[in-house]
Amino acid sequence: MSKLELKSIHQSFPSKKQMTKVLSEISLQVNEGEFVSIIGPSGSGKSTLFHIIGGLLTPSSGAVLLDGNAVTGQKGLISYMPQQPALFPWRSIEENVILAQEVAGIARDQALAAAREWLPRVGLGGYEKELPHVLSGGMQQRVSFLRALLSPQELMCLDEPFGALDALTRQEMQAWLLNIWEQNKRSILFVTHSIEEALYMSDRIYVLSNKPSTVLEELIVPFARPRQEAIMQDALFQEMRLHIQGLLRKEVQHDQRH
Amino acid sequence: MKQQRWIRAGWPPIVVVILVLLIWQLAVTWGNTASWLLPSPLKIMTEGTTDMARVWLHTQATIKIMLIGFVVGSGLGLLLASILHIVPGFKAGFYPLLILSQNVPTIALGPLLIILFGFGVLPKIILISLVCFFPVTMATLDGFMQTDRMMYNYMQMLGASKRQIFFKLELPHALPFLFSGLKISATYSVMGAVISEWLGGGEGLGYYMILQKSSFRADREFVAILVIVGLSLLFFWLIALLEKWIIRWNVKRSS
Repeated sequence: MSKLELKSIHQSFPSKKQMTKVLSEISLQVNEGEFVSIIGPSGSGKSTLFHIIGGLLTPSSGAVLLDGNAVTGQKGLISYMPQQPALFPWRSIEENVILAQEVAGIARDQALAAAREWLPRVGLGGYEKELPHVLSGGMQQRVSFLRALLSPQELMCLDEPFGALDALTRQEMQAWLLNIWEQNKRSILFVTHSIEEALYMSDRIYVLSNKPSTVLEELIVPFARPRQEAIMQDALFQEMRLHIQGLLRKEVQHDQRH
Repeated sequence: MKQQRWIRAGWPPIVVVILVLLIWQLAVTWGNTASWLLPSPLKIMTEGTTDMARVWLHTQATIKIMLIGFVVGSGLGLLLASILHIVPGFKAGFYPLLILSQNVPTIALGPLLIILFGFGVLPKIILISLVCFFPVTMATLDGFMQTDRMMYNYMQMLGASKRQIFFKLELPHALPFLFSGLKISATYSVMGAVISEWLGGGEGLGYYMILQKSSFRADREFVAILVIVGLSLLFFWLIALLEKWIIRWNVKRSS
């Protein structure tokens, strides 16, 4: 059974005189222990989609299913990692890590024990009591990821988590995240702008169109796990990259003609 | 390094103050002004030391009502800001009235408060609280309204309840704002205390000033003014120290 399933989601917002369609007929699924990416041109309504999955928005039509149960409009059922780390500056690193667990109602002692066990494992040993502003951008994103990872919900939604990082840190973080994920195989829905990132990390990729967004194509990424960075030199990798690039470019050109 | 900069920035105003005091002293000695009208700085200092015991007693009384009024007023201010923020519709209804209410000079309420509550400590504390609560309420409300959108969005995505959002995000986020309100209230509370003592009662720096006025002791008035200024500065400094101790995460903003 699939962990998350979106069934023909439509979403329109009222603007000036008519309704603006943002999402049109979006159906997708994330299976148990699967790493699924969504890639699309900027402004393709990905954050609207996340708000629907998170339960902040009820779609105009369609349904959100979690483990086969309809959960449309229900909050608190997914674990979430935002684009910006959104660490609370007054909380120490370990207190930031337990925030999602705290909100989910897990006992503080238990949450802190888990945070203290994990922080050294993600290379942040010794920073437990520090405030977030002493950390670099990459380290802050590690804290943000750990906060989502230790959250009790099984499905993790990652919203362009490395979008604000420089290229070098970004590559390092991708390898780091893959390494951790391959050890515990949570179900992940990952939104990104980077084609390489999607190909390198995912099991499956959904390519979205421009507004109103719909699923253009679903690709299965065949590379073996654990993934090696060397696959980026693979001929098939290049071929898939060009294919997705072509799809997205058509979308952008299509958009410019209007 | 930091200390050096402080000394460099600190000496010009100190030199100015010394010069002013010197000119004042010389003007009084050579200018033939009546010493009961404008006492010289030296005379004020000697008077301050001779009358110190009595001034200290009155100062203690003032500090007492000032602290009670400050704590009550700021506490109510924080509570009011929280209620206006949390209860839907309250802010829309009460915020404009709150602004309007500040057109009433609080001091003008003093005589009325004395009629209503007598000459005891109660009307004084009410007056100081009234003066103190407004800056705290406004600053804290401002802090609630400026809550970081990203963090707020994140809390919503987690499915946090209104209560969790308030206590885990909005309240700590508003703390620096609360402190800027508290610093204003701290200086207001000293002023409020002295004025409330002018209006009635038998102790406090305000009462001491009224007493000296009746006997034309300008020198002693200057002593009282000096003590009040000192008190104001000291209280402000204490709150600023508390702020520095509690809010350590703002270092990021300055760098």
